[in-house]
Amino acid sequence: MADLKQTPLIYKHREANAKLVDFSGWEMPIHYGSQIEEHHIVRRDAGMFDVSHMLPVDLKGEGARDFLKKLVANNVDKLQTTGKALYSCMLHEGGGVVDDLIIYFLNESWFRIVVNAGCADKDIAWMEVQLAKHAPKLTLTPRRDLAMIAVQGPNAATKLWQAMPGMQELAGPMKPFFAVVVGDMFVARTGYTGEDGFEIMLPAKAAPFFWQALLDAGVKPCGLGARDTLRLEAGMNLYGQDMTEATTPLESGLAWTVDLKSERDFIGRSSLLHLPRSRQLVGLKLIERGVLRNHQSVFTAEGEGEITSGSFSPTLNGSIALARVPVGVNIGDTVEVEVRDKLMRALVVKYPFVRNGQPLV
Amino acid sequence: MSNIPTNLKYTKSHEWVRLETDGSVAVGITQHAQDLLGDMVFVENPVVGRQLAAGEECAVVESVKAASDVYAPVAGEVLAANADVEASPESINQDAYAAWMFTLKPANADDLDGLMDAATYAAHVESEAH
Repeated sequence: MADLKQTPLIYKHREANAKLVDFSGWEMPIHYGSQIEEHHIVRRDAGMFDVSHMLPVDLKGEGARDFLKKLVANNVDKLQTTGKALYSCMLHEGGGVVDDLIIYFLNESWFRIVVNAGCADKDIAWMEVQLAKHAPKLTLTPRRDLAMIAVQGPNAATKLWQAMPGMQELAGPMKPFFAVVVGDMFVARTGYTGEDGFEIMLPAKAAPFFWQALLDAGVKPCGLGARDTLRLEAGMNLYGQDMTEATTPLESGLAWTVDLKSERDFIGRSSLLHLPRSRQLVGLKLIERGVLRNHQSVFTAEGEGEITSGSFSPTLNGSIALARVPVGVNIGDTVEVEVRDKLMRALVVKYPFVRNGQPLV
Repeated sequence: MSNIPTNLKYTKSHEWVRLETDGSVAVGITQHAQDLLGDMVFVENPVVGRQLAAGEECAVVESVKAASDVYAPVAGEVLAANADVEASPESINQDAYAAWMFTLKPANADDLDGLMDAATYAAHVESEAH
C-alpha cells in the first residue's frame, strides 16, 4: 500500500494490529479484530475513530457568511451562536451534491468547514472557483496539519474528561452540535454514529499522545467498518452511496437541510425548484434472513428502486438498508429486494433505525 | 500465518474438508477465508438430500462486509446441514475448523485425492497474497 496517504495515527493502528485498507486513497483501519464488537462498544460504552482523512478547511475574512449563503444549501443564518455547527450539502448548479459537510461558526471572519476525504480535492477546487467569482478577498486554508479523532458512545464524555484533565470545564457544558476551542484543540460535540460524542481536531504531532490518553481512559479503538454500520443504523447518509452528484438532497432524505423558503440564491437552488421530484430515500428492514447490500434492486408497487446502503445491523441483529425508490412508496409498505438470486421481502420503515442505543424499528 | 490443520484437505476456493470414519465428509471454510471476510452474520446451507456436482455453488456465507459463495469440494449428496452454524454464524470466526457447515456423501471416494493437503493449501494462500 505504498502510494496510500497515512494519518499521524498509523503507528498506533499498527501497534493495535488493525486491519488496514485503502479508503479513498488513505491507509485506514477497517477494524481491530471484530467490527461487530467495535459497533457494540460505541452503542454501549465508548469507542474512538481516527477520522484524520477528513479535511478541515478554514474560511476566513470579512463577508465569510455571505459567501457561505451562496455556497451551501442550508441556511448559514441558523449559525448565530459562537461554536454552533450546521450540516449542509454543497450543490452544483444542477442541484446534484458536490459534497456534504459540517460548518462551524467561530466568528464573522472565521468559519471552519469539514469535508469528506474522498471529495477533499474536488471540494477545494470547487470552493476556489466560487471564491474567485463571489468573494475573492476571502482566504480558504485546508488544514492538513490537523488530525481528527471521533470519540463516540454513551460514556464518551466521561472518558474524555478522564483522558484530558481540564477538558470538562470547557467542553462539558457544550450542547450537541456545538464546538469549542480548548487550547490548540477544536472540540465539537458532533459525530456519525447516533450516539453522544465528540469530534476533536488537534495538531497532527499531538494526535498519538492524545490517542494513547484515550486508550488509557478505556476508550476502545474502532475501525471504519463499525463507523459505517453505526451511521447506517443512525440513518445518516454516506456521500458517494446515498447521495452523489447525480442526486439532489431532496431525493436523498435531506430536504430538512435545504432552505428553499428564503429568497437566498444559493448555487443549485433554481434547479431544486424546477426539477421534478420522482424519487425518495427510505429505510428498509429485511423481513427474511439474509443481508441487504448496496445496489440490489428493489421492486415496489410504484416501480423499481435501488439500495444505496445495505448491511447487517448489529444492534437490530438483522439487515437494514437505505434505498432510493419512486415517490408514492410509503412507510409500512412491503417491497421485494433481489438478494443474490432470490426475491426477499422487506418492510419500508422510517429511519433512523437506532438512536442513543435504542432500536426504533 | 493462518492456522491450517494437517489432518484436513482443502480447496482453492478456501473450503476445508474432513473425512469422517463413516466415509462422509464435513465441509467448512478455512481460518484464512473467515479472516478475509470478517465478522460472519449469515449462513445458508444446502438442503439435505441435494445432489451436488464438484465445484457447484451450494452454500453462502455473509460477513458484515460481503457475501461469499461456498462450493462443493467433491460431488456427492448432502447428508446434513449444521443448524448451529446457521443460528450462530460467528462460530465460524471463533473456530473455523470446528464450525462445519454441511456433510456430504462423496459420489466417489477417490475424488478426495484431488484435493489439496495442508502444505499445498498454505502455498496457495501465500501465492494469493502476492
